[in-house]
Amino acid sequence: MTIRGAVLGLWRLFARPSVHFGLGFLTLGGFIAGVVFWGGFNTALEATNKEAFCISCHEMRDNPYEELKQTIHFTNRSGVRATCPDCHVPHQWTDKIARKMQASKEVWGKIFGTIDTREKFLDKRRELAEHEWARLKNNNSLECRNCHSAESMDITKQNPRAAKMHETYLFTGENTCIDCHKGIAHRLPDMHGIEPGWSMKTSQK
Amino acid sequence: MKTRFLIAALALLAGAPALTAGIATVGIATGVTAARAADASAADSPQELAGTGTVGGIKVPSANHPITRDDPAEATHREITDDQRRARNYADQPPLIPHAIRDYQIDLNINKCLTCHDRRNTEGSQAPMISVTHFQDRDGQTLGTVAARRYFCTQCHVPQSDAQPIVPNSFRDFDAVLGHSPTQGLGQGGAK
Repeated sequence: MTIRGAVLGLWRLFARPSVHFGLGFLTLGGFIAGVVFWGGFNTALEATNKEAFCISCHEMRDNPYEELKQTIHFTNRSGVRATCPDCHVPHQWTDKIARKMQASKEVWGKIFGTIDTREKFLDKRRELAEHEWARLKNNNSLECRNCHSAESMDITKQNPRAAKMHETYLFTGENTCIDCHKGIAHRLPDMHGIEPGWSMKTSQK
Repeated sequence: MKTRFLIAALALLAGAPALTAGIATVGIATGVTAARAADASAADSPQELAGTGTVGGIKVPSANHPITRDDPAEATHREITDDQRRARNYADQPPLIPHAIRDYQIDLNINKCLTCHDRRNTEGSQAPMISVTHFQDRDGQTLGTVAARRYFCTQCHVPQSDAQPIVPNSFRDFDAVLGHSPTQGLGQGGAK
Protein backbone atom coordinates (compact mmCIF):
# COMPACT_ATOMS: atom_id res chain seq x y z
CA MET A 1 0.00 0.00 0.00
CA THR A 2 2.80 2.36 0.90
CA ILE A 3 4.56 1.64 -2.42
CA ARG A 4 1.34 2.34 -4.27
CA GLY A 5 0.99 5.57 -2.31
CA ALA A 6 4.55 6.64 -3.12
CA VAL A 7 4.09 5.94 -6.83
CA LEU A 8 0.82 7.83 -6.88
CA GLY A 9 2.38 10.78 -5.05
CA LEU A 10 5.23 10.92 -7.55
CA TRP A 11 2.79 10.78 -10.46
CA ARG A 12 0.76 13.70 -9.02
CA LEU A 13 3.91 15.75 -8.62
CA PHE A 14 4.90 14.88 -12.19
CA ALA A 15 1.52 15.63 -13.73
CA ARG A 16 0.82 18.90 -11.83
CA PRO A 17 1.76 22.16 -13.52
CA SER A 18 4.73 23.94 -11.98
CA VAL A 19 3.86 26.50 -9.31
CA HIS A 20 7.25 28.06 -8.54
CA PHE A 21 9.27 27.71 -11.77
CA GLY A 22 8.59 29.52 -15.01
CA LEU A 23 7.98 27.71 -18.31
CA GLY A 24 11.14 29.24 -19.81
CA PHE A 25 13.26 28.14 -16.86
CA LEU A 26 11.93 24.61 -17.08
CA THR A 27 12.35 24.21 -20.84
CA LEU A 28 15.76 25.90 -20.98
CA GLY A 29 16.91 24.20 -17.78
CA GLY A 30 15.69 20.86 -19.09
CA PHE A 31 17.53 21.45 -22.35
CA ILE A 32 20.80 22.36 -20.63
CA ALA A 33 20.46 19.49 -18.19
CA GLY A 34 19.88 17.19 -21.16
CA VAL A 35 23.00 18.42 -22.93
CA VAL A 36 25.06 18.01 -19.77
CA PHE A 37 23.65 14.55 -19.13
CA TRP A 38 24.09 13.37 -22.68
CA GLY A 39 27.57 14.82 -22.98
CA GLY A 40 28.57 13.31 -19.67
CA PHE A 41 27.14 9.96 -20.63
CA ASN A 42 28.99 9.84 -23.90
CA THR A 43 32.22 11.08 -22.34
CA ALA A 44 32.01 8.37 -19.72
CA LEU A 45 31.20 5.84 -22.42
CA GLU A 46 34.17 6.91 -24.49
CA ALA A 47 36.40 6.76 -21.43
CA THR A 48 35.53 3.08 -21.05
CA ASN A 49 36.31 2.62 -24.72
CA LYS A 50 40.01 3.28 -24.49
CA GLU A 51 42.96 0.96 -24.29
CA ALA A 52 44.07 2.68 -21.09
CA PHE A 53 40.77 1.71 -19.48
CA CYS A 54 41.01 -1.89 -20.64
CA ILE A 55 44.51 -2.41 -19.30
CA SER A 56 43.80 -0.63 -16.03
CA CYS A 57 42.80 -4.12 -14.83
CA HIS A 58 45.66 -6.56 -14.34
CA GLU A 59 43.65 -9.33 -16.03
CA MET A 60 43.78 -7.54 -19.36
CA ARG A 61 47.16 -5.89 -18.85
CA ASP A 62 49.03 -9.11 -18.06
CA ASN A 63 47.34 -11.49 -20.48
CA PRO A 64 45.78 -10.30 -23.75
CA TYR A 65 47.65 -7.00 -23.85
CA GLU A 66 51.06 -8.61 -23.35
CA GLU A 67 50.27 -10.93 -26.23
CA LEU A 68 48.97 -8.17 -28.46
CA LYS A 69 52.30 -6.36 -28.06
CA GLN A 70 54.06 -9.13 -29.98
CA THR A 71 51.79 -9.01 -32.98
CA ILE A 72 51.53 -7.07 -36.21
CA HIS A 73 48.47 -5.23 -34.95
CA PHE A 74 50.68 -3.51 -32.40
CA THR A 75 53.87 -2.73 -34.34
CA ASN A 76 54.25 -2.84 -38.08
CA ARG A 77 55.88 -1.07 -40.98
CA SER A 78 53.09 1.48 -41.50
CA GLY A 79 52.75 2.47 -37.85
CA VAL A 80 49.02 1.90 -37.60
CA ARG A 81 47.98 0.36 -34.32
CA ALA A 82 44.77 -1.40 -33.44
CA THR A 83 43.92 -0.93 -29.78
CA CYS A 84 41.53 -3.13 -27.78
CA PRO A 85 38.24 -1.34 -28.61
CA ASP A 86 39.08 -1.19 -32.32
CA CYS A 87 38.49 -4.92 -32.54
CA HIS A 88 36.35 -5.69 -29.53
CA VAL A 89 33.78 -2.89 -29.55
CA PRO A 90 31.55 -2.10 -32.54
CA HIS A 91 31.92 1.46 -33.82
CA GLN A 92 28.21 2.04 -34.54
CA TRP A 93 26.41 3.64 -31.60
CA THR A 94 23.54 1.14 -31.15
CA ASP A 95 25.84 -1.87 -31.58
CA LYS A 96 28.27 -0.26 -29.19
CA ILE A 97 25.61 0.19 -26.50
CA ALA A 98 24.49 -3.41 -26.99
CA ARG A 99 28.07 -4.61 -26.57
CA LYS A 100 28.55 -2.38 -23.54
CA MET A 101 25.49 -3.91 -21.90
CA GLN A 102 26.88 -7.38 -22.56
CA ALA A 103 30.16 -6.23 -21.08
CA SER A 104 28.49 -5.65 -17.72
CA LYS A 105 29.12 -9.37 -17.28
CA GLU A 106 32.80 -8.52 -17.34
CA VAL A 107 32.29 -6.24 -14.33
CA TRP A 108 30.83 -9.25 -12.54
CA GLY A 109 33.86 -11.26 -13.60
CA LYS A 110 36.19 -8.57 -12.30
CA ILE A 111 34.44 -8.35 -8.92
CA PHE A 112 34.39 -12.10 -8.38
CA GLY A 113 37.85 -12.75 -9.85
CA THR A 114 36.79 -15.08 -12.67
CA ILE A 115 40.16 -14.75 -14.41
CA ASP A 116 42.25 -13.02 -11.76
CA THR A 117 45.19 -15.41 -12.14
CA ARG A 118 47.11 -16.53 -15.20
CA GLU A 119 45.95 -20.12 -14.62
CA LYS A 120 42.29 -19.17 -14.43
CA PHE A 121 42.69 -17.11 -17.59
CA LEU A 122 44.30 -19.98 -19.49
CA ASP A 123 41.60 -22.39 -18.31
CA LYS A 124 38.89 -20.03 -19.50
CA ARG A 125 40.63 -18.94 -22.67
CA ARG A 126 38.85 -21.33 -25.03
CA GLU A 127 35.45 -20.18 -23.77
CA LEU A 128 36.40 -16.50 -24.00
CA ALA A 129 37.83 -16.98 -27.48
CA GLU A 130 34.73 -18.82 -28.62
CA HIS A 131 32.59 -15.87 -27.54
CA GLU A 132 34.66 -13.53 -29.69
CA TRP A 133 34.71 -15.91 -32.67
CA ALA A 134 30.93 -16.28 -32.47
CA ARG A 135 30.46 -12.54 -32.20
CA LEU A 136 32.69 -11.81 -35.21
CA LYS A 137 31.13 -14.62 -37.21
CA ASN A 138 27.65 -13.23 -36.54
CA ASN A 139 28.48 -9.66 -37.50
CA ASN A 140 30.49 -10.78 -40.54
CA SER A 141 33.77 -9.65 -38.98
CA LEU A 142 32.54 -6.09 -38.73
CA GLU A 143 35.43 -4.89 -36.56
CA CYS A 144 38.01 -6.32 -38.95
CA ARG A 145 36.28 -4.60 -41.83
CA ASN A 146 36.43 -1.21 -40.15
CA CYS A 147 40.01 -1.18 -41.41
CA HIS A 148 40.31 -4.09 -43.86
CA SER A 149 37.57 -3.87 -46.43
CA ALA A 150 37.22 -6.40 -49.21
CA GLU A 151 36.40 -3.53 -51.59
CA SER A 152 39.72 -1.80 -51.10
CA MET A 153 41.74 -5.01 -50.98
CA ASP A 154 44.06 -5.28 -53.97
CA ILE A 155 44.80 -8.97 -54.22
CA THR A 156 47.34 -8.44 -56.97
CA LYS A 157 49.54 -6.94 -54.26
CA GLN A 158 49.18 -10.04 -52.13
CA ASN A 159 51.11 -13.24 -52.22
CA PRO A 160 49.55 -15.64 -54.72
CA ARG A 161 48.71 -17.88 -51.81
CA ALA A 162 46.78 -15.18 -49.95
CA ALA A 163 45.17 -13.87 -53.14
CA LYS A 164 43.82 -17.30 -54.02
CA MET A 165 42.37 -17.75 -50.55
CA HIS A 166 40.65 -14.37 -50.55
CA GLU A 167 39.28 -14.98 -54.01
CA THR A 168 37.92 -18.39 -53.09
CA TYR A 169 36.51 -17.71 -49.67
CA LEU A 170 36.25 -14.01 -48.90
CA PHE A 171 34.96 -12.51 -52.14
CA THR A 172 32.42 -15.28 -52.60
CA GLY A 173 31.08 -14.56 -49.13
CA GLU A 174 31.61 -18.18 -48.24
CA ASN A 175 33.70 -17.31 -45.23
CA THR A 176 34.33 -14.25 -43.15
CA CYS A 177 37.65 -12.95 -41.82
CA ILE A 178 37.51 -14.73 -38.46
CA ASP A 179 37.00 -18.15 -40.06
CA CYS A 180 40.64 -18.18 -41.15
CA HIS A 181 42.26 -15.39 -39.15
CA LYS A 182 41.93 -16.67 -35.61
CA GLY A 183 44.51 -15.80 -33.00
CA ILE A 184 45.97 -12.93 -34.98
CA ALA A 185 46.22 -10.58 -32.01
CA HIS A 186 46.31 -13.03 -29.10
CA ARG A 187 47.61 -16.52 -28.47
CA LEU A 188 45.21 -19.29 -29.34
CA PRO A 189 43.56 -21.62 -26.84
CA ASP A 190 43.55 -25.39 -27.25
CA MET A 191 42.32 -25.69 -30.83
CA HIS A 192 41.34 -29.33 -30.87
CA GLY A 193 38.20 -29.83 -32.94
CA ILE A 194 38.41 -26.43 -34.61
CA GLU A 195 39.15 -26.62 -38.31
CA PRO A 196 40.83 -23.74 -40.14
CA GLY A 197 38.54 -21.80 -42.45
CA TRP A 198 40.07 -23.16 -45.65
CA SER A 199 39.47 -26.79 -44.73
CA MET A 200 36.14 -26.61 -42.96
CA LYS A 201 34.42 -28.20 -45.95
CA THR A 202 37.09 -30.58 -47.20
CA SER A 203 37.80 -32.04 -43.79
CA GLN A 204 34.22 -33.25 -43.51
CA LYS A 205 35.06 -36.00 -45.98
CA MET B 1 98.42 -18.43 -34.41
CA LYS B 2 102.03 -17.62 -33.62
CA THR B 3 101.41 -13.92 -33.35
CA ARG B 4 98.44 -14.60 -31.10
CA PHE B 5 100.58 -16.59 -28.66
CA LEU B 6 103.24 -13.92 -28.78
CA ILE B 7 100.74 -11.20 -27.95
CA ALA B 8 99.20 -13.30 -25.18
CA ALA B 9 102.65 -13.85 -23.66
CA LEU B 10 103.37 -10.12 -23.86
CA ALA B 11 100.05 -9.43 -22.18
CA LEU B 12 100.92 -11.82 -19.35
CA LEU B 13 104.28 -10.11 -18.96
CA ALA B 14 102.56 -6.75 -18.78
CA GLY B 15 100.19 -8.11 -16.17
CA ALA B 16 102.92 -9.70 -14.05
CA PRO B 17 104.10 -6.56 -12.16
CA ALA B 18 100.54 -5.83 -11.11
CA LEU B 19 100.08 -9.35 -9.81
CA THR B 20 103.37 -9.31 -7.96
CA ALA B 21 102.51 -5.92 -6.49
CA GLY B 22 99.55 -7.66 -4.90
CA ILE B 23 96.86 -5.59 -6.58
CA ALA B 24 94.87 -8.65 -7.53
CA THR B 25 91.77 -6.86 -8.81
CA VAL B 26 93.65 -4.53 -11.08
CA GLY B 27 95.77 -7.44 -12.23
CA ILE B 28 92.71 -9.41 -13.30
CA ALA B 29 91.25 -6.39 -15.02
CA THR B 30 94.44 -5.83 -16.94
CA GLY B 31 94.61 -9.48 -17.83
CA VAL B 32 91.09 -9.37 -19.27
CA THR B 33 91.66 -6.21 -21.26
CA ALA B 34 94.97 -7.52 -22.50
CA ALA B 35 93.31 -10.73 -23.67
CA ARG B 36 90.64 -8.70 -25.46
CA ALA B 37 93.31 -6.51 -26.92
CA ALA B 38 95.08 -9.62 -28.15
CA ASP B 39 91.86 -10.81 -29.83
CA ALA B 40 91.26 -7.42 -31.33
CA SER B 41 94.78 -6.99 -32.62
CA ALA B 42 94.52 -10.34 -34.32
CA ALA B 43 91.54 -9.07 -36.25
CA ASP B 44 92.10 -5.32 -36.49
CA SER B 45 95.10 -3.17 -37.25
CA PRO B 46 97.52 -2.52 -34.37
CA GLN B 47 96.84 1.24 -34.51
CA GLU B 48 93.46 0.55 -32.94
CA LEU B 49 95.14 0.19 -29.56
CA ALA B 50 97.03 3.45 -29.69
CA GLY B 51 95.46 5.02 -26.61
CA THR B 52 96.20 4.16 -23.00
CA GLY B 53 94.57 4.91 -19.67
CA THR B 54 95.58 4.30 -16.10
CA VAL B 55 93.94 2.04 -13.56
CA GLY B 56 95.50 2.13 -10.15
CA GLY B 57 98.67 3.68 -11.54
CA ILE B 58 99.06 1.01 -14.20
CA LYS B 59 98.79 1.81 -17.88
CA VAL B 60 96.11 -0.11 -19.73
CA PRO B 61 94.92 0.26 -23.29
CA SER B 62 91.62 2.11 -23.34
CA ALA B 63 90.92 4.50 -26.18
CA ASN B 64 89.77 2.97 -29.46
CA HIS B 65 89.43 -0.32 -27.67
CA PRO B 66 86.77 -2.43 -29.42
CA ILE B 67 84.63 -2.49 -26.31
CA THR B 68 84.47 1.30 -26.15
CA ARG B 69 83.63 1.76 -29.81
CA ASP B 70 80.13 2.75 -30.88
CA ASP B 71 79.47 0.61 -33.89
CA PRO B 72 76.24 1.36 -35.73
CA ALA B 73 73.85 -1.58 -35.72
CA GLU B 74 73.58 -3.46 -38.98
CA ALA B 75 70.40 -2.95 -40.91
CA THR B 76 67.88 -5.73 -40.44
CA HIS B 77 67.19 -7.80 -43.51
CA ARG B 78 63.91 -8.38 -45.25
CA GLU B 79 62.27 -11.75 -45.16
CA ILE B 80 61.85 -13.50 -48.48
CA THR B 81 58.13 -14.15 -48.79
CA ASP B 82 57.65 -14.71 -52.51
CA ASP B 83 56.06 -18.18 -52.20
CA GLN B 84 58.67 -19.61 -54.58
CA ARG B 85 60.02 -22.98 -53.54
CA ARG B 86 63.82 -23.11 -53.40
CA ALA B 87 65.83 -26.04 -54.71
CA ARG B 88 67.35 -28.13 -51.96
CA ASN B 89 71.12 -28.23 -51.77
CA TYR B 90 71.12 -31.90 -50.87
CA ALA B 91 68.40 -34.50 -50.92
CA ASP B 92 67.53 -34.53 -47.23
CA GLN B 93 67.77 -30.79 -46.61
CA PRO B 94 64.62 -29.57 -44.85
CA PRO B 95 62.83 -27.37 -47.39
CA LEU B 96 62.95 -23.64 -46.70
CA ILE B 97 59.86 -21.62 -45.79
CA PRO B 98 59.12 -19.15 -48.61
CA HIS B 99 56.44 -17.21 -46.72
CA ALA B 100 56.12 -15.04 -43.65
CA ILE B 101 55.73 -16.89 -40.39
CA ARG B 102 55.46 -13.96 -38.02
CA ASP B 103 53.35 -14.81 -34.95
CA TYR B 104 52.94 -18.43 -36.01
CA GLN B 105 52.02 -20.29 -32.87
CA ILE B 106 53.54 -23.73 -32.40
CA ASP B 107 52.76 -25.08 -28.97
CA LEU B 108 50.56 -27.49 -27.06
CA ASN B 109 47.42 -25.64 -28.13
CA ILE B 110 47.99 -25.39 -31.85
CA ASN B 111 50.56 -25.80 -34.59
CA LYS B 112 49.83 -23.00 -37.02
CA CYS B 113 51.98 -24.56 -39.76
CA LEU B 114 49.94 -27.75 -39.69
CA THR B 115 46.70 -25.86 -40.26
CA CYS B 116 47.87 -25.82 -43.91
CA HIS B 117 50.54 -28.50 -44.23
CA ASP B 118 48.78 -31.27 -42.32
CA ARG B 119 47.49 -34.14 -44.44
CA ARG B 120 43.85 -33.28 -43.79
CA ASN B 121 44.21 -29.59 -44.61
CA THR B 122 46.19 -29.61 -47.84
CA GLU B 123 43.15 -29.79 -50.11
CA GLY B 124 41.82 -26.54 -48.73
CA SER B 125 45.18 -24.81 -48.50
CA GLN B 126 46.92 -26.34 -51.55
CA ALA B 127 50.10 -26.32 -49.50
CA PRO B 128 52.66 -29.14 -49.74
CA MET B 129 51.91 -31.88 -47.25
CA ILE B 130 54.49 -32.70 -44.62
CA SER B 131 56.31 -35.79 -45.87
CA VAL B 132 55.70 -39.21 -44.41
CA THR B 133 59.02 -39.06 -42.59
CA HIS B 134 57.27 -36.68 -40.19
CA PHE B 135 54.89 -39.47 -39.22
CA GLN B 136 57.64 -41.77 -38.03
CA ASP B 137 58.54 -41.91 -34.39
CA ARG B 138 62.08 -42.60 -33.27
CA ASP B 139 61.53 -46.35 -33.51
CA GLY B 140 60.66 -46.06 -37.17
CA GLN B 141 56.98 -46.73 -36.55
CA THR B 142 54.75 -44.79 -38.91
CA LEU B 143 51.99 -43.13 -36.93
CA GLY B 144 48.65 -41.81 -38.12
CA THR B 145 49.66 -38.20 -37.70
CA VAL B 146 52.74 -36.08 -37.15
CA ALA B 147 55.14 -37.65 -34.64
CA ALA B 148 55.87 -35.71 -31.47
CA ARG B 149 59.56 -35.38 -32.34
CA ARG B 150 58.67 -33.67 -35.61
CA TYR B 151 56.05 -31.33 -34.17
CA PHE B 152 58.20 -28.22 -33.85
CA CYS B 153 58.59 -27.21 -37.49
CA THR B 154 61.03 -24.34 -37.05
CA GLN B 155 63.62 -26.63 -35.51
CA CYS B 156 64.48 -27.64 -39.08
CA HIS B 157 62.51 -25.42 -41.44
CA VAL B 158 63.47 -21.77 -41.60
CA PRO B 159 62.42 -18.73 -43.61
CA GLN B 160 65.10 -16.85 -45.53
CA SER B 161 66.17 -13.23 -45.61
CA ASP B 162 68.01 -11.25 -48.27
CA ALA B 163 71.15 -11.04 -46.10
CA GLN B 164 74.42 -11.81 -47.79
CA PRO B 165 76.56 -14.51 -46.15
CA ILE B 166 79.16 -13.04 -43.79
CA VAL B 167 81.59 -15.80 -44.70
CA PRO B 168 82.00 -16.87 -48.32
CA ASN B 169 80.60 -20.31 -49.03
CA SER B 170 82.23 -22.72 -51.45
CA PHE B 171 79.52 -25.34 -51.15
CA ARG B 172 78.83 -27.31 -54.32
CA ASP B 173 76.05 -29.78 -54.55
CA PHE B 174 76.44 -33.47 -55.25
CA ASP B 175 76.00 -33.21 -59.00
CA ALA B 176 78.47 -30.38 -59.27
CA VAL B 177 81.10 -32.35 -57.34
CA LEU B 178 80.69 -35.31 -59.65
CA GLY B 179 80.81 -33.01 -62.64
CA HIS B 180 77.36 -34.09 -63.78
CA SER B 181 75.60 -30.80 -63.55
CA PRO B 182 76.36 -27.77 -65.70
CA THR B 183 74.67 -25.55 -63.08
CA GLN B 184 77.37 -25.24 -60.49
CA GLY B 185 75.78 -22.32 -58.77
CA LEU B 186 72.70 -24.23 -57.70
CA GLY B 187 73.94 -24.36 -54.13
CA GLN B 188 74.17 -20.58 -53.84
CA GLY B 189 70.86 -20.08 -55.55
CA GLY B 190 69.11 -22.45 -53.21
CA ALA B 191 70.30 -21.04 -49.93
CA LYS B 192 70.42 -17.32 -50.32
